[in-house]
Amino acid sequence: MTNPFPFSAIVGQDEMKQALLIAAVDPSVGGVLVFGDRGTGKSTAVRALAALLPPIQVRPDCAYNSQPGEAVPGREDDDATETVEIPTPVVDLPLGATEDRVVGTLDLERALASGEKVFEPGLLARANRGFLYIDEANLLEDHLVDLLLDVAASGENVVEREGLSIRHPARFVLVGSGNPEEGELRPQLLDRFGLSVEVASPTDIAERVEVVRRRDAFDRDPQGFLKRWTRKNTAEQRRILKARKALGRVKMPDAVIEAAARLCAAVGSDGLRGELTLIRSARAHAALEGARAVTITHLAAIAPSALRHRLRRDPLDEIGSTARIDRAITEVLGV
Amino acid sequence: MSEAAQRWHLAGLAAAVLAVDPGAMGGIVLRARSGPVRDKWLALANALTEAPARSMPPSIADDRLLGGLDLGATLSAGAPVHSSGVLAEADGATLIVPMAERLEAGTAARLGAALDTGLVPDGGTTPAQFGLILLDEGAAPEERPPEGLCDRLALHISLEGLALADTQEKPLDTADIAAARALLPRVRLPDPAFETLTVSAAMTGITSARATLMAARVARVLAALGRRKMVSDQDLATAAGLVLAPRAKFMPETAEPEEDTPPPPPDQDQPDSDADNSDETGRVEDKVLDAIRALLPNLALNDTARRRGSARSAGSGAREKAVTHGRPAGTRPGKPDRRSRLDLLATLRAAVPWQKLRGRHPGEAHIAIRADDFRLKRFERPSESVKIFVVDASGSAAMARMAEAKGAVELMLAEAYQRREKVALIAFRGTGAELLLPPTRSLVQAKRRLAVLPGGGGTPLASALQSGAALARQIRQRGATPYLVLLTDGRGNIALDGTPGRPGAAEDAIKAAREIAADYLTSILVDTSNRPQAEAADLAKAMGAQYLPLPRADAGRISGAVRTAIGA
Repeated sequence: MTNPFPFSAIVGQDEMKQALLIAAVDPSVGGVLVFGDRGTGKSTAVRALAALLPPIQVRPDCAYNSQPGEAVPGREDDDATETVEIPTPVVDLPLGATEDRVVGTLDLERALASGEKVFEPGLLARANRGFLYIDEANLLEDHLVDLLLDVAASGENVVEREGLSIRHPARFVLVGSGNPEEGELRPQLLDRFGLSVEVASPTDIAERVEVVRRRDAFDRDPQGFLKRWTRKNTAEQRRILKARKALGRVKMPDAVIEAAARLCAAVGSDGLRGELTLIRSARAHAALEGARAVTITHLAAIAPSALRHRLRRDPLDEIGSTARIDRAITEVLGV
Repeated sequence: MSEAAQRWHLAGLAAAVLAVDPGAMGGIVLRARSGPVRDKWLALANALTEAPARSMPPSIADDRLLGGLDLGATLSAGAPVHSSGVLAEADGATLIVPMAERLEAGTAARLGAALDTGLVPDGGTTPAQFGLILLDEGAAPEERPPEGLCDRLALHISLEGLALADTQEKPLDTADIAAARALLPRVRLPDPAFETLTVSAAMTGITSARATLMAARVARVLAALGRRKMVSDQDLATAAGLVLAPRAKFMPETAEPEEDTPPPPPDQDQPDSDADNSDETGRVEDKVLDAIRALLPNLALNDTARRRGSARSAGSGAREKAVTHGRPAGTRPGKPDRRSRLDLLATLRAAVPWQKLRGRHPGEAHIAIRADDFRLKRFERPSESVKIFVVDASGSAAMARMAEAKGAVELMLAEAYQRREKVALIAFRGTGAELLLPPTRSLVQAKRRLAVLPGGGGTPLASALQSGAALARQIRQRGATPYLVLLTDGRGNIALDGTPGRPGAAEDAIKAAREIAADYLTSILVDTSNRPQAEAADLAKAMGAQYLPLPRADAGRISGAVRTAIGA
């Protein structure tokens, strides 16, 4: 496998980077949805982030990336403590993937050759403790998106098919990308992604030139390029690890919780999910910033990503969701 | 060099560029019908690579594409037999896909993943590095290979309209390729070139950074082919012609994409509009833009066609033949692959009667299964529905009616939680009907395309009915269910041949309406006149449509009425 592009060398796209970092610090925020044109570096960013995260310790030859002591099919009472180190997995879910491939299925090879009934793990198992990246999530069959969101929320894949009855851990950060011109996600599904960001190609020529120049330099000499960015990448990695540790200690003042509730009411987002995501991602953001307590500024910084996709849509209203949230932030939070 | 010979020259260069550095180029999208010119190009491209090219059908099954357990062979051998897929077999060679406009979305996604990673996209580590050549044989502009895949292939060329006489140029040979490959690592791209390419891309409406990056790579290979260690301005211009021109959405001079304005011939110098001739970058940019301009009419699809193309590929996911979920609908014999599901019970049931003949005795534990026994599960899915709004945009009430129709379309799209529903809009006025919104389920696209609404002029009712019916038939052919929603007062005044006059127009309209009825197309006629009159009701009767008089109808009432009428 080739080296991914260094995360810190990605030009611009601050909102996407912020959302991905928050999900890396606190996966309970829920998945990240990235909407935008092709060639804006969505998949580059996801791969780059995974490469930035520290390697994980797993049992040797485990198809589920499990830790010692964790019950996975075939290792229910395995008490060996030996582990090996693997990079944080990023699993691609291609368009047209079947349910069998995703959740896993009966191992036909073993069934036919030796008559054994063995479970062949799918993509969900391979994504455990890493990232599951869905390119063009909006074109994915609805039932698959339902299934993915269910598993992502529960952290467990339950398989009941072909006479198999299996459950295994599947905790991952779901990152979906897509182009809204080609179809949309149902609002019920949109709402279940934690954060949503819109990416666009930079309009500034200098920035665009820099994107191409860096990518070209990387393609010509990946090792040299990575070396030049090692220092910044390491600093970014330390920031994530520190934030993860500090997350439990970051204080959440009542005033911020109230402000979050008022903000949700002002933009008319349905349900509690919006508020919950607002609070969790504001805390993760504050932790990344090294703050001891969450402030209104932290809240305002993540509010567009946390709420954009939760607004009740009025198709006859020409104002975009982002503009509506920005207006509410100014009115409610006064920043 | 004639314009046609110039295009052949570029096509030959594209083949050479791919042969030098397939990994960085991804591949070539070649738009051309099958014929002697294309055969000549393919032979030329094949002669430049060491390994023979591999070809795959666009409708390839996943087990052939990715490889896997060969069930038939496994059963007869009694031990697992694996077969390697086409992607693995194409490693180190060129993979050619004929009729690439018919590639399925899933297959295209797998090809794209293989191009991105250089591995067979099955989670393993089997190498699959190949140059991909998509032979786009689409007849209509919207028949194109999936956009996401085309975007990954640097070189887009077209041989349309070329004759064998235009293909006299002596092609490059393998020695040129080998020399270029050796030189390539030392070829330098002057730093301002990035800016030149980025600005050119921005001025022609290309937003993807990938295109600019690929143009830079192509320029380097072109310099290597020309045995130069430094990329020249000409290399940049040629690279822009191969990579940027086909992706261009417009030219800087014209704000709107206009196909019918003939561009200036490439060799004629553009009059410099700005005074700062001394600016070096500026002049290179002009050269690059000229190169793009010269190729634009031949290579580029206009913006509309491009969008239509993407709308089509979006829908094609729902049209996949091998359905793996939905309402179970029995079983059928067949060979299982990754896209179908084996019905184990039915397979066993099929095998049991033959056990004695196959040498098994009752009571024995194992059961002999042959490939013929396989039974696959079949599923049915309700088919997609497409609501076609045909809206009268003529006369004085046009603007209001169009605005409400637009609102209704957007409301229906917003309510269309089920992704199986699409909406299209045809407006008619003056002397003809125009497809303003091709079938889509994207609210974003609808909003953008309906931002400007035409209005006023005569009422070509008959031609509108024909357009609506034609679109409906097309939709039905693809396996979806069309519904026609006609918004009019039923008073046409332009006949089919474009002549004004009420009697002729009415006759033509009734005739067109009867054709709709004969085709059993489900239709609704919403009478939008203030005082509903007989004409509209008669028309509805002729087309077998439900008649809904809705004077002063607003968006909400129209969409509500349509839903009730169709029962959706």
